[in-house]
Amino acid sequence: MNRSRRNAVKAGGVLALLVAAGIRPALAQGQQWNQAAFAGKTLKDALAALGAQGAATSDAIVIKAPEIAENGAVVPVGVESKLPGTQSIALLVEKNPLPLAASFDLPAGTEPSVTTRVKMGESSDVYVLVKADGKYYFAKKEVKITIGGCGG
Amino acid sequence: MADPMRIRVTEKDGLVTVRVLMSHEMETGLRKDTSGNVVPAHFIRTVTATCQGRVVLSAQWGTAVSKNPFLEFSFKGGKKGDKVVITWEDNKGDRRADEAVIS
Repeated sequence: MNRSRRNAVKAGGVLALLVAAGIRPALAQGQQWNQAAFAGKTLKDALAALGAQGAATSDAIVIKAPEIAENGAVVPVGVESKLPGTQSIALLVEKNPLPLAASFDLPAGTEPSVTTRVKMGESSDVYVLVKADGKYYFAKKEVKITIGGCGG
Repeated sequence: MADPMRIRVTEKDGLVTVRVLMSHEMETGLRKDTSGNVVPAHFIRTVTATCQGRVVLSAQWGTAVSKNPFLEFSFKGGKKGDKVVITWEDNKGDRRADEAVIS
């Protein structure tokens, strides 16, 4: 019996397990966090970090948000994109200290429609940036805030 | 470890709708406590949803997502009984995964 071979096989097995264990969380996570975009202090900075400076306005993006939100800490925002080939949706609040609130990557088969709740420091335009077929489009909607959601 | 998420997944006419309520402080890092010290930022940065191992949504969040975040989205290609897993990870490296079965 070739012992060194047995050991090598064993070691290989352990290694494979380690690799599998190490890779699994990475796959489950599956993505990086875009530090530059989330740290952008102005709408322009955030858009630049997303690579979307030249975004065109589009009527095919529907923003469902209240015109007047009483509590800025919880503003429900729904987005629906009617643009074919929508790949990602990003939510930005222009007058927040850090405008980029959230970005969603939509694999094929996922509807181009997401709803979440965001904080708003003051009345502001809410921008929705949609990447469809490799191009960027945006729409905006003004939301008035009675009580701010930051600080307080 | 944070509290479990509340996940509801329903299927209708081939469209699976996922509603998630997560339990998280979502501190912005801009707020001050009563003694005037800045409360350090603590927020969910990434969220991933999979159905039977297939990624159906991946999200990156900033501090502006509300406390105890809510998320709703829909996808095609799921059937009743399939398992949907939601995973999040925050800026302190905490993570949590919860699952629900499509009904």
